[in-house]
Amino acid sequence: MTTKLFGEPVRRREDLRLITGRGRYTDDIGHGALAAAFVRSPYAHARIVDIDVDAALDVEGVVAVYTYDDLVGPMAEPLPVLIPHPQLTAPRTGFPLARDVVQHVGEAVVMVVATDRYIAEDVCDRIAVSYEELPVVVGVDAAREAVHSVHSDVPDNVAARHHQETGDVEAALAASAHTLSFTQYIERSACMPMEGKGVHAVWNHDDSSLRVHTSTQASTSVRAAIAAKLQLSLEKVEVVAPDVGGGFGVKIVHPWPEELLVPMAAIALGQPVHWAEDRREHFISSAHEREQRQEITVGYDDEGRVTALDVRGWHDNGAYTPYGIIVPIVTATQLVGPYAIPVYRVRIDSVYTNTVIVTPYRGAGRPQGCYAMERTMDRIAQDLGLDRAEVRRRNLIQPDQFPYDHHLTFQDGRPVIYDSGNYEGLLDKLIALVGWDRAEERRAEAAARGKQLGIGMAMYVEGTGPGPYEGGHVQVLGSGKVLVSTGLTSQGQGHETAFAQIVAHELGVPIEDVEVTTGDTRRFGYAVGTFASRAAVMSGNAIALAARGVRAKALRIAADVLEADVDDLEIDEGLVQVKGTPGASIPLRTVAVLSNPLRYAFDEAARQATQFAGPGDDSKPPVAVGDAPGLEHVDYYSPIRSTFASGAHAAVVEIDPTTWEIDVVDYAVVHDCGNIVNPMIVEGQVHGGVAQGVGGALYERMAYDADGQLQNASFMDFLMPYASEVPDVVIDHQETPSPLNPLGLKGAGEAGVIPGTACIASAIEDAVGRRIAAMPISPTELYDLVRNPDAERVPSPTGATA
Amino acid sequence: MTDVSTERAITVTVNGVPRETTVPVRRLLSDALRHDLQLTGTHVGCEHGVCGACTVLVDGTPVRSCLVLAVQVDGTEVTTVEGLAREDGQGGQILHPVQEAFRECHALQCGFCTPGFLMTMAAGLEARDPSTDITDDEVDEIVGGNLCRCTGYANIKKACRRAAGLMKEAAE
Repeated sequence: MTTKLFGEPVRRREDLRLITGRGRYTDDIGHGALAAAFVRSPYAHARIVDIDVDAALDVEGVVAVYTYDDLVGPMAEPLPVLIPHPQLTAPRTGFPLARDVVQHVGEAVVMVVATDRYIAEDVCDRIAVSYEELPVVVGVDAAREAVHSVHSDVPDNVAARHHQETGDVEAALAASAHTLSFTQYIERSACMPMEGKGVHAVWNHDDSSLRVHTSTQASTSVRAAIAAKLQLSLEKVEVVAPDVGGGFGVKIVHPWPEELLVPMAAIALGQPVHWAEDRREHFISSAHEREQRQEITVGYDDEGRVTALDVRGWHDNGAYTPYGIIVPIVTATQLVGPYAIPVYRVRIDSVYTNTVIVTPYRGAGRPQGCYAMERTMDRIAQDLGLDRAEVRRRNLIQPDQFPYDHHLTFQDGRPVIYDSGNYEGLLDKLIALVGWDRAEERRAEAAARGKQLGIGMAMYVEGTGPGPYEGGHVQVLGSGKVLVSTGLTSQGQGHETAFAQIVAHELGVPIEDVEVTTGDTRRFGYAVGTFASRAAVMSGNAIALAARGVRAKALRIAADVLEADVDDLEIDEGLVQVKGTPGASIPLRTVAVLSNPLRYAFDEAARQATQFAGPGDDSKPPVAVGDAPGLEHVDYYSPIRSTFASGAHAAVVEIDPTTWEIDVVDYAVVHDCGNIVNPMIVEGQVHGGVAQGVGGALYERMAYDADGQLQNASFMDFLMPYASEVPDVVIDHQETPSPLNPLGLKGAGEAGVIPGTACIASAIEDAVGRRIAAMPISPTELYDLVRNPDAERVPSPTGATA
Repeated sequence: MTDVSTERAITVTVNGVPRETTVPVRRLLSDALRHDLQLTGTHVGCEHGVCGACTVLVDGTPVRSCLVLAVQVDGTEVTTVEGLAREDGQGGQILHPVQEAFRECHALQCGFCTPGFLMTMAAGLEARDPSTDITDDEVDEIVGGNLCRCTGYANIKKACRRAAGLMKEAAE
């Protein structure tokens, strides 16, 4: 068959419009709309004393000014706690516009609507908000010390105490031949999509309906939130995610205040209203992630096998908890990685600080968990004088142990049971790919050039494709065009291409005939969203099932027409044919026409389906009981639990002992996401993830001062990697299909970022022989570390070769 | 001090078409292109000149349109991503080699930074002798000033080499 496209590096169908300037992102839509801008808090923690808008009302072009006092009904209530959890005992969320107290710099206080953005910002400048400053809590340690409180009714600053255990860890530690304990930190970064958030709302007064374009990862849920908050009936609200300029997690949070306030203003003013977030707004009012303090105690035997693991963590959730405790749960449950840990206890307190909220950023807690587990493996190796790879090997879950139950509860409320994997295979491939056994030669060669070389590795298992469900709709038109839609959204992952490949493959049609729509509630109203590496697994499988439904119906109709047995039919290149009988065929587009019995002929194709067009079977109704007109099918995929992808990374670093610049000279990735729909797209996801991993390990941090001011809220000062900072990446694949879903897929979106911090920390430690216990690390910090006589020394080499 | 509301008429040739428009003196070129001329292919990623997404060509030179006022380009020729491909004379377009290479090499994901990379790369490659093989240093120089959050740059560098190769073939 010529339509076998599954698994092929098909070029992306999105690209032509995007390379010719014909993409349509939210800010490209709706010229001439009124523009919104926001007055945001300049203080990290303060009571609002007064808001004086008098001077602003004189500005020509101002249309409306809104404060909390203008919010009514559900809009005046706190924003939703999206993911409640029994252990989230003190959830707190803000209001769309701050009510009495602001809890972080950047919190929206006033919304201005004007005839254009320049004027709206002029108006913002003339609004005087007076504040009474309150004590500020910054950093995870200040939060746990709780000298001051972020929320006055949460005196210990603890939003949640997340706790899971699989046995008596204290007894297991006491019985262990060896134990070691350590504390480490990981800093904040952020998603930083190149396109910030944006909302465009149009109220149609004539039919009382609202259409909202928003740069979101969850359009169906934004729709439900808008309907609830603005007290509209759901069918009167349409939400569209147009082209979205990257998400990486920040756009899964919803409803953002602006997603409610902009539509609210559009309705009130009866005119389209538009808001495009600027970069500073994104830094100080969108979400961050990663900051944790981790205290780890591990027990192990003489061979380096872990006998018990006890993790005590503190997770900085920022000022509010709209996304619940997903990030600490993911850290807690993914921490164990590819290893069989006999007894495990994890306790993570999620604590408030007067900073921007913390919600999932690509990896969503996994990089922190990987950092904890992998650095533990390194320490065991160092303690016993063993090869770091060998210690890992001895602890791996074996291929015959699947499904492997960790006896933990994952972020979807379901058990952490690994569906399939081959972790030893990953390790073997990684060792070969990076040349692990040649590290000492390379170290000597680098030393001859005056460089300190180190090598590190990290492995991970990533729960992907969590439920509850996604759906797919596939419809063949009489023109032969195949329309495909799914409710989840796209932010650059190439869904139009991958889903078209799946449909072309399942249905036997040319890919050119397939048109895919994502994230448009007008086309598909039921969806969860794009996060947790779930789009291919969830929507990919739902769409495959929908295509199979269409195929079954097409074969049934064609069998009648061709007077053949369904089992003797096949579909190839859009033609339904009797296998081995050339000429006995009917185009799928004709089947589509026949599938819809008509009274009225409006074109030549339709004539074929009208009531006098041919002999019918008078004994049956035109549409059989239980059947429906049209060659289309909707289906859903709802997994029993997540599927678990895996991988292993290694980094080789060279450090200049004069400047202490850290150069990642080699980066190797072995990646297993089950069956692959499009290897070109998967490799692209890995490349992008690695770049973010390197950024998180060496460059990116949110530099809050003690007053809660973000000191580096621009691309000048927040160091996102340019091409010069990202190493060349070599990739090897392993495909261990998931037994849980029809296509055997596991997610691939986040994988690349997860082990970056862990393996680069390991490599730097290996190079300089000093304990690395806080990441990211800058050249200055490394210089201070190696000069500090009290810095903990570790053997260098750290046992890269046994 | 000039009143920020002062407006001025400017004439700019955009993508080969003379355009006359009246803009407030404080209006950024990026906003004038996107909102006054409705050429939304030019994207705004940071509005402080670091990310390069808004790069356009002014008289053939790459310029960050968020750091230029619209009035400053009065009398110049501006090329945006919409003007990068050539008309084929039959209602279609012939893509620029950098556009071809981006598509071929999977050098874009979300596509938001892409117009800035394309304009920068087109200018960089057109400024060099196409008959010579491009070096790694040249590639690093051409792609090194723009931010991308999706691709990790590997395929953008690959596309730069590929585009240089296409331009070399065309020159032969």
